[in-house]
Amino acid sequence: MKSQLKLLIEIFITFFKIGSFTFGGGYAMIPLIEKEVVENKKWVTPEEVVDVFAVAQSMPGAIAINSSTFIGYKISGKKGAIVATLGVILPSFLIITLIAIFFSKFQNAPAVEAVFSGIRPAIVGLISFAAVKVSKTSIVDRTGLILAILSILLVVIFDIQPIFIILGGAAIGLAIYHLSPKSTSKILSNGGNKN
Amino acid sequence: MKIGLFSFGGGYAMIPLIQKEIESHGWLSASEFVDIIAIAEMTPGPIAVNSATFVGYRAAGILGGLVATTGVAIPSLVLILIVSKFFFKFQHYPANKMMFYGIRPVIVGLIFTAAVFVAQTAFFKQEAGYSNILSNPLSVIDIKSIFIFGLSLIGLVKFKINPILIIILSGILGLILKIL
Repeated sequence: MKSQLKLLIEIFITFFKIGSFTFGGGYAMIPLIEKEVVENKKWVTPEEVVDVFAVAQSMPGAIAINSSTFIGYKISGKKGAIVATLGVILPSFLIITLIAIFFSKFQNAPAVEAVFSGIRPAIVGLISFAAVKVSKTSIVDRTGLILAILSILLVVIFDIQPIFIILGGAAIGLAIYHLSPKSTSKILSNGGNKN
Repeated sequence: MKIGLFSFGGGYAMIPLIQKEIESHGWLSASEFVDIIAIAEMTPGPIAVNSATFVGYRAAGILGGLVATTGVAIPSLVLILIVSKFFFKFQHYPANKMMFYGIRPVIVGLIFTAAVFVAQTAFFKQEAGYSNILSNPLSVIDIKSIFIFGLSLIGLVKFKINPILIIILSGILGLILKIL
């Protein structure tokens, strides 16, 4: 009982940290999750992180909340899910409430804009690095590489909604399963893209 | 709560929904709404949570902020709890494994895409427009940003610096470069 409480507190602190430093939406969380949850705490594996984001992106709601809830559940069941969600939301709530009370002209302050002009390019670096890291376990063959490149092109150039990209990926995986037992058994005997 | 339930695909997908609901309730003006989105982007945390908290606060004080934040999180929490239960149960079925064989690479693609979208606002001077990009690239591309981007990659790859530290350092660097 005591050790579970300790774990829950640890989950809360970890997600509080992640919530405090996620600038610019759900995907900006991935580098932090990769570092804190996968590398430091080893609560989930790199390939599970990718699955988490697949589910988080396919469900309604904010990606950041969805993925925190999901990872929390994976670590410690329902209680873990609730604690992780609270942890990731609380910094936002506190900071926004303070800003709403004290500085209503916050975003026009030149200092804030300057800090942000530094953070934004670093976020690009962080997200791309995280993508390269997770690609090592998620892209295991040429099919995977083609799917990844195709999804980038479809979203960036043709403005396709991510949910359709994910459904497309799922459909291709299932099509291989139903149409080609040979390649299926080959893929699965190599561990799929690991599990 | 209604907004949390119907926004597939992350914070930005929520913005039109929030806007519509707020207008129909008369909680905020359009320009106040734009300010809120800007603040939500500039503060840490999920954009959806940030804007919900802000709108809630403006509409009904601290309690309003609390109610709005809870409202936007609860549908996620409940749905994901249900989904995760099934997810871990069926994780090892071959059909399911094959589905994720197709899904994982596209998620990697989507993560790269997120980097591309942030890069668009980070690397290009918004006021310059894209028309001069070939004839005079320096007028459009923000050199300082490329410099910080390069530093952050070196910090990550070579020195394995924690991402949180990189965010803090890059913010300070942004401030210093502005003063210089």
